[in-house]
Amino acid sequence: MNTIYASLLGLAGSFILGTIIAVFRITGSKPLNWFGTAYVEFFRNIPLLLVVFLFYLGLPSLGVTLNGFVSGTMGLAVYTSSFIAEAIRAGIMAVPPGQTEAARSSGLSYVQTMIHVILPQAIKLVIPPLSNQFINLVKNSSILSIVAGFDLMYYGDVIATDTFDTINTYLFVAMFYLILTLPLSYGSRVLERKLARHD
Amino acid sequence: MKKHWKMISLGMAVCLAMTVLAGCGDKKEEGGLGAIKDRGKLVVGVKFDTKLFGLKDPASGNVEGFDIDISKQLAKRILGDESKIEFKEVTSKTRIPMLNNGEIDMVVATMTITEERKKEVDFSDVYFQAGQSLLVKKGSPIQGIEDVTKDTKVMSSKGATSVKNIKEQIPGITVLEFDNYQDAFSALKAGQGDALTTDDAILYGMAAQDPNYEVVGKPFTDEPYGIAIRKGNSDLVQAVNDALKEMHENGEYDAIYEKWIGKKPSE
Repeated sequence: MNTIYASLLGLAGSFILGTIIAVFRITGSKPLNWFGTAYVEFFRNIPLLLVVFLFYLGLPSLGVTLNGFVSGTMGLAVYTSSFIAEAIRAGIMAVPPGQTEAARSSGLSYVQTMIHVILPQAIKLVIPPLSNQFINLVKNSSILSIVAGFDLMYYGDVIATDTFDTINTYLFVAMFYLILTLPLSYGSRVLERKLARHD
Repeated sequence: MKKHWKMISLGMAVCLAMTVLAGCGDKKEEGGLGAIKDRGKLVVGVKFDTKLFGLKDPASGNVEGFDIDISKQLAKRILGDESKIEFKEVTSKTRIPMLNNGEIDMVVATMTITEERKKEVDFSDVYFQAGQSLLVKKGSPIQGIEDVTKDTKVMSSKGATSVKNIKEQIPGITVLEFDNYQDAFSALKAGQGDALTTDDAILYGMAAQDPNYEVVGKPFTDEPYGIAIRKGNSDLVQAVNDALKEMHENGEYDAIYEKWIGKKPSE
């Protein structure tokens, strides 16, 4: 059950974070550019395991103790958001610059232009890479098993070691992950087709 | 073209299923006493992360501990040379699967003899008598098993008997289970839980590592450690038992015990 919660929260969190960071990376503001680039390069280039350990074992030394589920999900969202930021940035770059110019000259502010004109088009363009990231996120949620996050993989480990029936237990766990990820791939394909029809 | 892909993927699925099934089938072939002698090397599964029993020294790369010295004595008695031995790392989670798929000849890794495990593997005679206890930060309100309630956050390692034991003692308790004891100890140090529970022998090793932590209370279970051997290798079990007996008689066992545990074994 925690796998589903972690996936949903991670999905929402990484999407929002990723979009914000993507916008940071392409705005005119130098400090925001710099921050966005540092964020993406840092979290994209270290192992997910380390990101999660940072939240689980590192934060307590700063006086913030988060349990395995929360730190695992946060680590997952932050890690995935760096990939999503890159995907969305690519999408934004692919929207013809004429769109921005037209929106700005019709009186919309920069933020309004982004939210109402550019992002909707950009996100449509990047649905395939985004759905890849979301599927990865669901699978990567198995990282919670390392920090006692009580997810699917955690229980899989516990049952496998209790019953000694390792292969069958893990096959069963794999089936549950498929139940979660297959509808996601299918859904993204349907969404892609539907949005294509509106063009 | 599409049809071809379907055929290919179907074929691949069949292959995969066959490998899985085949993997389940042939468990108990090689690995008996004869095979070890032919190979001229004993392959032993030990812990690499457990102070006093099996700990890999990152500087020298050597594994050291009570389990290691016992294994070397076994190699000496079975193959005539204590250096004819290879150590492979196991955890509570991996030791039975690794033994049963033939990667190792025996497990000497702080492993308690239980009825359930006896269904999966054979055990030698008891080679170490431990008991489950609690490790806490110094000054903790928990001073023994009687202070543990079902809201206490207790941590341990996946696949360890200590998880089951504490759940029996305190019904409804949630145990945070980690992949190994080192991870569990890191989490305890980070304040993610109140106490770490497992065999006192392992806990004393952790307390020796970090003086801010101490073992509290009396042991609340009996944990007889045995050496696990793949089922059906009775000649190997016999050889190990003979070796253990000899070590007890000539005092070598006591010497190893004192070297690591710091006191004489209590009879």
